[in-house]
Amino acid sequence: MSIDTPSLPNSWAIGRKRVGLELRQFFRDRESAVFNFALPVLLLIVFGSVFGGQDLGNTDVSFAQYFVAGMIASGILYTSFQNLAISIPIEREDGTLKRLRGTPMPKSSYFIGKVGTVVVAYVAQIIVLIAVGRIFYDLQIPSTATAWFTFAWLSVLGLISCTLLGIAYSVVPRQGKGASAVVAPVVLVLQFISGVFFIFSDLPTWMQNLASVFPLKWLTQGMRSVFLPESAAALEVSGSFQLPLVALILTAWCVAGAIGAVVFFRWTPRGSN
Amino acid sequence: MSVRGLRKNYGALVAVDDVTFDVDFGECFAILGPNGAGKTTTVEIIEGYRPRDAGEVNVLGVDPAQANRAWRAQIGIVLQSVRDLGEVNVREAVAHFASYYPAPADIDLTIAAVGLQEKSGDRIGKLSGGQRRRLDVALGVIGSPRLLFLDEPTTGFDPQARREFWALLQSIQQAGTTIVLTTHYLDEAEVLADRVAVIAAGRVIAIDTPAQLGTGTSDVAEVSWRESGTWHHQSTTTPGAFVVDLQRRIGGEIPDLTVRRSTLEDRYLALIDQASPEQAS
Repeated sequence: MSIDTPSLPNSWAIGRKRVGLELRQFFRDRESAVFNFALPVLLLIVFGSVFGGQDLGNTDVSFAQYFVAGMIASGILYTSFQNLAISIPIEREDGTLKRLRGTPMPKSSYFIGKVGTVVVAYVAQIIVLIAVGRIFYDLQIPSTATAWFTFAWLSVLGLISCTLLGIAYSVVPRQGKGASAVVAPVVLVLQFISGVFFIFSDLPTWMQNLASVFPLKWLTQGMRSVFLPESAAALEVSGSFQLPLVALILTAWCVAGAIGAVVFFRWTPRGSN
Repeated sequence: MSVRGLRKNYGALVAVDDVTFDVDFGECFAILGPNGAGKTTTVEIIEGYRPRDAGEVNVLGVDPAQANRAWRAQIGIVLQSVRDLGEVNVREAVAHFASYYPAPADIDLTIAAVGLQEKSGDRIGKLSGGQRRRLDVALGVIGSPRLLFLDEPTTGFDPQARREFWALLQSIQQAGTTIVLTTHYLDEAEVLADRVAVIAAGRVIAIDTPAQLGTGTSDVAEVSWRESGTWHHQSTTTPGAFVVDLQRRIGGEIPDLTVRRSTLEDRYLALIDQASPEQAS
């Protein structure tokens, strides 16, 4: 990378090593594995079993199917935003970040490690969610290339925006210990108002408007276009899935997240220096 | 390594005030001082963790405020009280950190050198306090650093664990690594350090070898003996001459003679008292 540091391992090589290390920590830490990974699957099984087979309106879409699409969108929020906004404050406090800053690891490798971990955890999570949805709730696996393409760009934009937002939001918890207390409620409330636990069009208008500010509402709407039949568009407030608008708003959140991450992220605990 | 006129303020508080010292290659240099004296701040500036307000610092030819990766690769840092990496095992952690460096040491030899070969496959979160610090040392030396920093490395150790830890540091120094350590244990400085700097209230009040430190500020030895059934004690800077005179006067063997040289602790406490008389009251 530069002439005076010829033999230092490059930041991608170190970043790959960090993905491996972080994944081990992600899945071996019970709190992280349950909270960020198993919880959405658990919620899917519980809610799906309670509200199961009722069809919605005049469509042949069951609540369980509607809910699976919402949980796949939520999976993005869990594995990126919630995961990072909780784990980074802990790392800031327990010495992880201080140790890393004292080594020749490039700072970019740390973020490569985070992003890689998020991507792997997300892919593993949607495989489990889709499998559970398919086996128990008759979820349709998308059959068209268009649907898969939509799924791909939704995942990419969702992961980028929510990862950056998680990095930015990681300054909010004052201590590592109580981090989940100021992160998990945000995720939970967003799920309630964004059409994951309830049918979005059934929610009060003010709640719909509030949810429309945040990315999760648009991610769930997009995921419904992927996993539900076209007839389900009738369930949307506007009568369509509004994919161009979804792309636009998620892109805006990517930009906002990038600015927030650059402005707010810090390596050291508050009050030091 | 050289430090000249180093200064650091936290608001109105001057934490480090005009600190100046040099550390030679291959040396073990200890920084002693009471809690809150500015030891950790000084070392963190030298390690490139903190900005300074004034002064010059040169470590291996580089100003730590401009630290780059090549410089970091030559420095090892053993931090105080870190609790990271709980979910990975010893070997995974050492192998991982080895991948950061251009010329890392052998992973298994390093684990064996710090005495953790039996714990190689154990989760780090399950290690005892002493084993945990040994791991921290392994992570500090895995990059084959030329300079190793340790911040109060044996706090909370039992006596046996401390002796083993000291032997480990001595072997690292013998392998050619320069060591800078902060401590508030005098026996630790006495055993390990070639030279000691005493910092109190942000200032260096003495730099010397452990044997010579503070000898100008207090009497060197105390002579005790019994004469006509009563104990006598005499402080002196010339114990040999004093004992010869005493023997001549008594005319024969001196009953219950002891000559106790002032310990590093006596001299250290005298130094600290002189430096901050208002704190002693």
